[in-house]
Amino acid sequence: MARFLSSVPELMDAGLRGTRLPRGRALALRLGAITAFLALWSLLSGAVVVLKLFNPIFLPGPWLVLGNVLDMAVRGPLWIHLAATLERVALGFGAGAALGVGLGLAAGHLASVRNVIEPVVELLRPIPPLAMLPMFIVWVGIGEVSKVGFITYATFFPIFLTTVNGVRQIDPLLLRAAQSLGARGLGLFTRVILPAALPDVLTGLRLGVALAFFVIVISEFIGAEQGLGYLINDGRNFFLVPQMLGAAVVLGLLGYAGNGLVRLLERRLTRWQHPA
Amino acid sequence: MAGGPKIRIQHIAKSFGPAGRAIPALAEIDLDVHERELVCLLGPSGCGKSTLLNIVAGFLAPTSGTVLVDGRPVSGPAPERGVVFQEYALFPWLTVSGNVEFGPLLQSRPAAERRRTVDRYLDLVGLRAHAEKFPVQLSGGMKQRVAIARALANNPAVILMDEPFGALDAQTREVLQDELSRIQRVEHKTILFVTHSIREAVYLADRVVVMTSVPGRIKQVFPIKLPEVRDRFAPEFTQYESDITRVVREEVAKVRE
Amino acid sequence: MSAAATRAVALLGVLALWAAVAHGNAWLGVVNPVLLPTPVEVSRVGLELAWSGELTRHFLTSLGRVAQGFGLAALAALGLGLLVGMCVPLRLMAEPVIEFVRPIPPLAFLPMFLVWFGLGEASKVAFIGYTTFFPMFVAIAASVLRVDVVLLRAAASLGASRADLVRRVVLPAALPGIAVALRVGVGLALFVIVGAEFMGADAGLGHLIMEGRTFFNPAQIVMGALVLGLLGSLINTLLLVAERRLLRWRAAA
Repeated sequence: MARFLSSVPELMDAGLRGTRLPRGRALALRLGAITAFLALWSLLSGAVVVLKLFNPIFLPGPWLVLGNVLDMAVRGPLWIHLAATLERVALGFGAGAALGVGLGLAAGHLASVRNVIEPVVELLRPIPPLAMLPMFIVWVGIGEVSKVGFITYATFFPIFLTTVNGVRQIDPLLLRAAQSLGARGLGLFTRVILPAALPDVLTGLRLGVALAFFVIVISEFIGAEQGLGYLINDGRNFFLVPQMLGAAVVLGLLGYAGNGLVRLLERRLTRWQHPA
Repeated sequence: MAGGPKIRIQHIAKSFGPAGRAIPALAEIDLDVHERELVCLLGPSGCGKSTLLNIVAGFLAPTSGTVLVDGRPVSGPAPERGVVFQEYALFPWLTVSGNVEFGPLLQSRPAAERRRTVDRYLDLVGLRAHAEKFPVQLSGGMKQRVAIARALANNPAVILMDEPFGALDAQTREVLQDELSRIQRVEHKTILFVTHSIREAVYLADRVVVMTSVPGRIKQVFPIKLPEVRDRFAPEFTQYESDITRVVREEVAKVRE
Repeated sequence: MSAAATRAVALLGVLALWAAVAHGNAWLGVVNPVLLPTPVEVSRVGLELAWSGELTRHFLTSLGRVAQGFGLAALAALGLGLLVGMCVPLRLMAEPVIEFVRPIPPLAFLPMFLVWFGLGEASKVAFIGYTTFFPMFVAIAASVLRVDVVLLRAAASLGASRADLVRRVVLPAALPGIAVALRVGVGLALFVIVGAEFMGADAGLGHLIMEGRTFFNPAQIVMGALVLGLLGSLINTLLLVAERRLLRWRAAA
């Protein structure tokens, strides 16, 4: 066992990271890892059946999960649920982003706005947004509005805070330079403050997207008839574990795609940060 | 010297990179360092002097050749070969005395003995008053003095120094050169010292080994016949400087081509 | 005014604003006053539950689940994080698997845990453990791998064995990163415990909040949320204090 651990001379060259493997070997190891993971999973689920360890529906093999997802995709219901989830996330995140960026820019720029909003935000921040979900349901019922509203509430905070920070961390030297070149008011705002704060704003948006996908599930557990979260929870009733796992994986893919989209946006809009 | 050279570098060669497209960093280095000698490896950036030092220290494995210290081959780092790094490499979570104590602690020396060792070497480098400070509270020069004390406290057979004063400003650098010279007169250690400063090399070394650039080879060895306490402005000192500078300039010109 | 004083004033200001809005609404009848509980009503609910011992019970239940789940996950993340740092093939193999599991929101697995472990404590603890393990493991592994080579070299040339390197260099050097990872983990645990207690639970602060919805008692929802926020702040402060004491050497100047 100890033989697999790096020895002292091995650590001396490049530290704990080790020397970089040639690309071919690194790729092979990665693929090998994923294959091993799937193989292990298949083996375990097979062993459960053969050795009668427990009811096999608790650990379906990867092929059952994949089969379930494909089946639902072909027959149609997957897309309905996917669209439902996506719609809620898009609307909720959109509203949260609009509010967060809008108020964030205002609060970052104008001390008057900041002094009003910041204490409220500081009070609400330690409270996990999930704790407010029942409040939204009480206020607006179990419908779409409460779900979208909840996502808006949850995504608002990180976006607002990073935007405020983005504006406030702008080097005052930059502002003075711009002003000495004649920039004023709205012009100063759009030409200097906005671009300078943009990297932080985009980081906030990325966090917001991640958070939106993080919390959408739970709001779809309670009082929903459609959506990936609904699929997951619904599976509980009849122990449809492949459905539960499959929907979770699809959700993961959606989140990954959403994150990738914002990163793409980041790279295009802040090209000046890495011109290479 | 009885029993042969302290450090024997035999046919050391080192290449980096995959076989077939390897970049040769060092080619056929042969060098002996005798006991109580301070030998400087001098050369332009990229000539492989640090690579050579790392091989002697045991941090890198050579592509071919062997290094013998006290007759025993080097196969990895060991307390017989103490090292002083350019980046100080002090453990930031330990105090000054904690750092100096590190080697003896690893060798399970009793606490009283460790205390005595720490006191002795902190006195030697003049930092006894700062024993309970953390590295983050020290200046660059002080940090390097702690590093030297730490290496000495472990009583190594040889000390390897990789551009130890390279990160310091010019004044501090000269002060530390004076310090090292003074310490060497007390401790008489065998030291292999890497630098790219000709002035520093002439000030400290018994022999200056000028290296060529890629691949690194020994171009010329200058024995320095100067008194133990050296005057940087003496004509003999300046003569050595210009002789060596001429040789080094040839190499730098080659790199530029 | 000192920072603490400013904060206190701001807090009072918010409290006053809340009271004004809520009482004003009750007086004017803009929306159903039940939906906008006043600070007085919220405190009353809180005191009632505290008096009956119910609040303590739910509080401790949630805390217990968080502590157990986080504790197990932290130990695993620390152990595996160190192991991954010391074994290059393991790290290269773990990376793609982590990349695969990471994008899936942990809450998506909550029903799975309920199916696997039933409705008892085990499912909550296991779920918290799962949720907090991956981010902590990734962060701890990252800070282990970031340990500067030159420190390893320095220790080795002072006579350190492999065990010495791990114990006396890697661990202390990675400790700041590990502390941050643990703080993030606790934050995450508190974040999801509420959600985990919405479904299939009959105790805990999350359950208390959900009860507020079931019995149309928004004051209870707000109270539960505030207690949760307080718990989070408290734990975070405690961790920061502990961190500063343990990592005295960082800012000794």
